[in-house]
Amino acid sequence: MNIVVCVKQVPDTYEEKKLSDADKTLDRESVEGVMNELDEYAVEEALRLKEAHGGEVTILTMGPEKAVETIRKALSMGADSAVHVVDPALHGSDALATSYALAKALGTIEHDLVILGVESTDARMSVIPAMLAERTGAAQLSFARKVEVDGSTVKIERQTDTGYDVVEAQTPAIVSVVEKINEPRYPSFKGIMAAKKKPLTTLTLADAGIEASNVGLSGSGTSVAEFAARPPKQAGTIVKDEGDGGVKLAEFLASQKII
Amino acid sequence: MPVERVLPSDEACELINLVRELARDELAPHAAAHEERAEFPRETVRLLGRAGLLGLAYPEEYGGGGMPYEVYLQVLEELASAWAAVALAVSVHTLSCYPVAAFGTDEQRKSFLPDMLGGELLGAYSLSEAMSGSDAGSLQARAKRDGDSYVLSGTKAWVTHGGTADYYNVFCRTSDDARGGVSTFLVPADADGLLPQAPERKMGLRSSPTAQIVLDNVRVPADRLIGNEGDGMRIALSALDGGRLGISAIATGLAQSALDAAVAWAKERQQFGQRIADFQGVSFLLADMATGIEAARAGYLAAARRRDTGLPYGPQAAMSKLFATDTAMRVTTDAVQVFGGYGYTTEYPVERYLREAKVMQIFEGTNQIQRLVIGRHLLSLR
Repeated sequence: MNIVVCVKQVPDTYEEKKLSDADKTLDRESVEGVMNELDEYAVEEALRLKEAHGGEVTILTMGPEKAVETIRKALSMGADSAVHVVDPALHGSDALATSYALAKALGTIEHDLVILGVESTDARMSVIPAMLAERTGAAQLSFARKVEVDGSTVKIERQTDTGYDVVEAQTPAIVSVVEKINEPRYPSFKGIMAAKKKPLTTLTLADAGIEASNVGLSGSGTSVAEFAARPPKQAGTIVKDEGDGGVKLAEFLASQKII
Repeated sequence: MPVERVLPSDEACELINLVRELARDELAPHAAAHEERAEFPRETVRLLGRAGLLGLAYPEEYGGGGMPYEVYLQVLEELASAWAAVALAVSVHTLSCYPVAAFGTDEQRKSFLPDMLGGELLGAYSLSEAMSGSDAGSLQARAKRDGDSYVLSGTKAWVTHGGTADYYNVFCRTSDDARGGVSTFLVPADADGLLPQAPERKMGLRSSPTAQIVLDNVRVPADRLIGNEGDGMRIALSALDGGRLGISAIATGLAQSALDAAVAWAKERQQFGQRIADFQGVSFLLADMATGIEAARAGYLAAARRRDTGLPYGPQAAMSKLFATDTAMRVTTDAVQVFGGYGYTTEYPVERYLREAKVMQIFEGTNQIQRLVIGRHLLSLR
C-alpha cells in the first residue's frame, strides 16, 4: 500500500501570527514555521500502516522554500520520500486553488491512499481533504479516529459529535485524521541523519502541469478584503454567589447565546 | 527564551530542535512533580534513548551518534534547562559507556556497546565509597580472581541510578598498591549478590536516584574486566574529564532556566509603580547572572572543542566544571533574591533550582578538587 501524506508548514501555534499589509496574506517570514500538528498524526498513521502492510510513504507539501524544514521532519520520522511543490506563482493560493495544485501534484505520485490532518492550524478551514477527493475522484473518508486496511478496502471510524460512524471505501481513498487516532512518534537522531539521504523531488507549476491562472492570489476564488487587529480583551464579568450563583451563571450564558 | 547557538552542522541544528521539542513537551511539564515525589522518570529516559540521545558522543559503528562533544554538551544543556535530573541521567549514562568505549578490547566493544548505546539500557558509574570520596584511590571494595571469574565484595556509595541501572561500572581493588591496585568491572545489575540499598533522601535532584550498592561476593566472568588489572584509576580519572564537562553543561542549563525565570518575573512584578526590572539594582543583578552564564557556556564549549580536536583537556574540564557550577550556585541564589518571598516558596521553581545547583559543586569532583587539578597542572608546566 503506497501512501501519500499531505503535510503543511504553518506558523508556530505558540507565536502570534500576522497578516502582511502588502497583499493581506499570512506573513510566513515573521514567525517560526512548524509542521501542522494534525499532519503529525497523519504521518504517524501512514507509518503505522506501512509497518503493518508494507509499501512506501511519500510526503507531499506545497509551500515556499522554507517548508523543506517540515518535509525533513516528516522524513526523519520515517517517511520514504517527498515531493515539494514550490513556485512563487503559488503565493496567496486559497483553499480551492491549493486543492487544485495538490491534486495535480498527486497525479505525479503513484499511490493507493492519501492521508491528511483534518485541518491546518493557520487557516482552519478543514476543506482540503474533501476538495481533493472531489478533484481526484477518490473516496472521501474524513475525520478518522481509526483506520483499518484490508487489501484494497479502507475502513475508518469517523468521529462525530455524539460518537462515531463506520465508513468504508475502496482505494484510491482520501483519509483525514483527528488527533484521537494515535500518538505521533518523535523523530530519532538516526532518522534525522537518514532523512538527508532520502529522495526529495521539487516540482514547479510546469513540472506538475499546474495552470498558473488557477493558482496564486489572482487564481483564487476568495480574497481577503480587509482585516483589523483583534480588539484588546475586555474585563470579565464577576458573578458573586449570594445563593443564586447558578441562576446568574445560566442567565449570563443565555445572554451570550451560549446556552 | 531559547539560547541562540552556533552549531557546526545542519544535523546538529535539527538535533537541537528535536531536543527542544522533547524538553518542552516531555520534560518541562513533569519535572516539578517528579522532584516532589522523588520519582525517577525511567520511561522518559527511555524515550530519549529511542530518540538516540543516550549514545550521541560515541562512534556510529557501535550504534552511537558520532556527534562531537561540542554538540552533545549543548544537548545536555538544553535538557538541563527543562529538567536537570534527566540531563544528569544522560550525562551519567554517557559516562558509564566510556570505560568500555575507550579501554575495552574490540571484542568487548562489539559485544557490550551496541546495547549500552541503543537507548533501552541505563548505566551507572560506581567509584565512590562511604570513606572514599575525593580520595578515590583509597577505595576498599575488593575483586579477587577465581578461575575464569572475579568475585567482587564491598560497598560502593553515591551511585547515581543505583537500583535503577541495568549495569554498573564498578571500581574495585585487585591489589593493595595505592594507585595501581584498582580495576574496573562492567557488572550487570542482575548479577547475584549485587544489592542496591534504599535511595538517599536528598536536598535536590530528588528524581535522580542515588544509592549505596552492596557487593556480596558478586561473581563476574573475567571478560567483564575493562582494561588490565590495575588500570582502574587511570580509567576513572580519564572518564571523569568528560563527565565534568557534562556537569558544566548541565549547570549552565540550570542557571539559564533560573535567569529566564528571574527575567520574566522582574518584567512582571510591579513595586513603587513600576516593573522591578526597571530598578537598576535588579537589572544589574540580572546582568551579572547573564554574564556568568555566557562565560560558563563559552568555557565548556572551549574545553569541548579541545577534546573534539584531540588536545588534552583535563585542566580545562576542571576549570569549566568549577566555574559553571559556582556560577549556577550564584545565579540560582540570585534568582530566588529577584523573586523575593515568592522565590522561597515551592509555588515557583527557583528554590528548586537553588537546591539542584548545590550538589553540582560537590559531585564529579568537588570544586576544591577541581582547584587541586588546576593547581597541579600549573605546577607541572614548569
